[in-house]
Amino acid sequence: MTSPSIALPTPLRRSLTIRERLDLSRRVTLAAATTVVVLVALLLAFIAWNGVQLFTASGVPVTQILSATWQPDPTSPSTTYGLLPFIAGTLAVMALGAAIATPLSVALAVFMAEVAPRWARSITQPAMEVFVGIPSVVYGWLGLTVLVPFLRTNGQGLGFSVGFSLFAGGLVLSLMILPTITSVALDALTTVPTELRGASLALGTTRWQTIRHVLLPAAGGGIVTGVVLGMMRAAGEALAVQMVIGNRPVIPTSLTAPMTTLTSQITLDMGNTVAGEPWNQALWTMGLILLLISLGFVILVRRLGRPRRAA
Amino acid sequence: MSRVIWADRTATAVLWVAAILVVAVLLGIIAHFLLASAGTLGLDFLVRDPSDVTIGGVGPVLFNSLYVLVLTLLLTVPLGILGGIYMAEYAGEGRATTVVRFCQELISSVPSIVVGMFGLALFVSATHWGYTALGGSLALLVFNLPLMTRLTEQALRAVPDDERSGSLALGATRWHTIRHVVLPLAIPGIVTGIILTAGRIFGEAAALIFTSGLSTPSSYDFGNLDLLDPRSPWSPLHPATTLSVFIWKSNSEGLGLFVRQVADSSAALLVLMVLAFNLGARGLGRLLQRRVTGA
Repeated sequence: MTSPSIALPTPLRRSLTIRERLDLSRRVTLAAATTVVVLVALLLAFIAWNGVQLFTASGVPVTQILSATWQPDPTSPSTTYGLLPFIAGTLAVMALGAAIATPLSVALAVFMAEVAPRWARSITQPAMEVFVGIPSVVYGWLGLTVLVPFLRTNGQGLGFSVGFSLFAGGLVLSLMILPTITSVALDALTTVPTELRGASLALGTTRWQTIRHVLLPAAGGGIVTGVVLGMMRAAGEALAVQMVIGNRPVIPTSLTAPMTTLTSQITLDMGNTVAGEPWNQALWTMGLILLLISLGFVILVRRLGRPRRAA
Repeated sequence: MSRVIWADRTATAVLWVAAILVVAVLLGIIAHFLLASAGTLGLDFLVRDPSDVTIGGVGPVLFNSLYVLVLTLLLTVPLGILGGIYMAEYAGEGRATTVVRFCQELISSVPSIVVGMFGLALFVSATHWGYTALGGSLALLVFNLPLMTRLTEQALRAVPDDERSGSLALGATRWHTIRHVVLPLAIPGIVTGIILTAGRIFGEAAALIFTSGLSTPSSYDFGNLDLLDPRSPWSPLHPATTLSVFIWKSNSEGLGLFVRQVADSSAALLVLMVLAFNLGARGLGRLLQRRVTGA
């Protein structure tokens, strides 16, 4: 050993002794911990295998899924499995949900971190927890029985014909992702060092100037991570969205018209189709696309830096 | 008044309005369901069967929800606690740990409908079980196991190292230390974790539509105790529509008067249960904390 100066902390780096290797409790708990790896491997394998059957078993050209025409009925003369309306719909409703939720969530997080007196925080904190806990079907049911009829009766002038619309989907989703973005943004804000706050205020700035020019920039990375996590949840949400967007397979061009998403179509058609037929296989392809989207989000979040406490 | 101060006051007002708006929306949602379910949501509603003639109840569906919840917890909690022990007490910084963590992150981000499809392929089709409560519970295990593991790991990591050193210095083995010193101290955190997980399981629907099924049971024979008979409500192999799935199903059945009333009340019930789970987690966590630190 020529360089004794950099000694690694040995207890962390040493290899296991034979006794430790044979330790039964260690092996049992290790087996439990690796269950998740097995589950992930199985899930990836099953979804990927079923997701490519449309191309391998039914011979549909891969490029066809980029078509805007969804005509899965095998008896129709021009059967086309274009998935573009679903992909575009998922992206549109996700973007709209995030666009509505982000300003509100960030405002709420700033409020909870900087402005709220103790009594107000003791209301907003549990409120956020309850928000997270409300099941998505409840949001969907609320959208279906309250929001959609409201838009139908009061939104005619704005172009809402049936109420089921991209706007309704985005609004319902924004409620669901609000607590996600808020809690991650709140974490980011509370971890900004107090010295920064003090230094800024000592310069004679107002609270808002400190928030605007010091805290928000310092917490920016964390807030972006929160928004990405919210979008991830929005992209994968199925039932609440399906109940309010109208499920029409067209590329969304208007906030007020019915459209559809990947998750909605899977939810609706999975039970009506027979395993092995191309229509059913196309649904699995949609599932595979969803899986790839969430994989992309996981990698994105990793690159942005994991928040301390994910919601 | 200078512009800067005016901006500060405006911003403060806007932040207050945002917070009040969010809390008002939440209270509005809760109030809406309480009003919509008024007169329906009672003991009768909880035990009766759904029927078309009069306003039915959710008895069998509620039973299924609780059944799936208990079955899922029986699968998730032991595995999750053991896995959490490994991650907190044994795992180093090796490649295996990294892989496990990545898998945990990945699976908690997979949409629940995709987990449902996976369950359909594996626990419904490949096993030839058809729609069963067991299949639904296994699908729920997929994304609740990582959560339970992580919550246990956090609870164990919160136990100070002094406790471990003290026990090891007395000559206790590693497992003995974990079992009799660390784990008891982590119980409050773990119990809170279990209750929060339970709340999630109770509300989940997307993963269950394709795994535990959509058929509404007309009536259950609770005297049938044959655990392998799919007609017995006690059998893990019986198709089990849960309360959440039942609400989703209502939306495809047209909004008849009773359908709406029953679904509104079911949603109210779900919201109330979630509130109870939340308060329960807080209360019980605090109570156990006092027990543990007092002992």
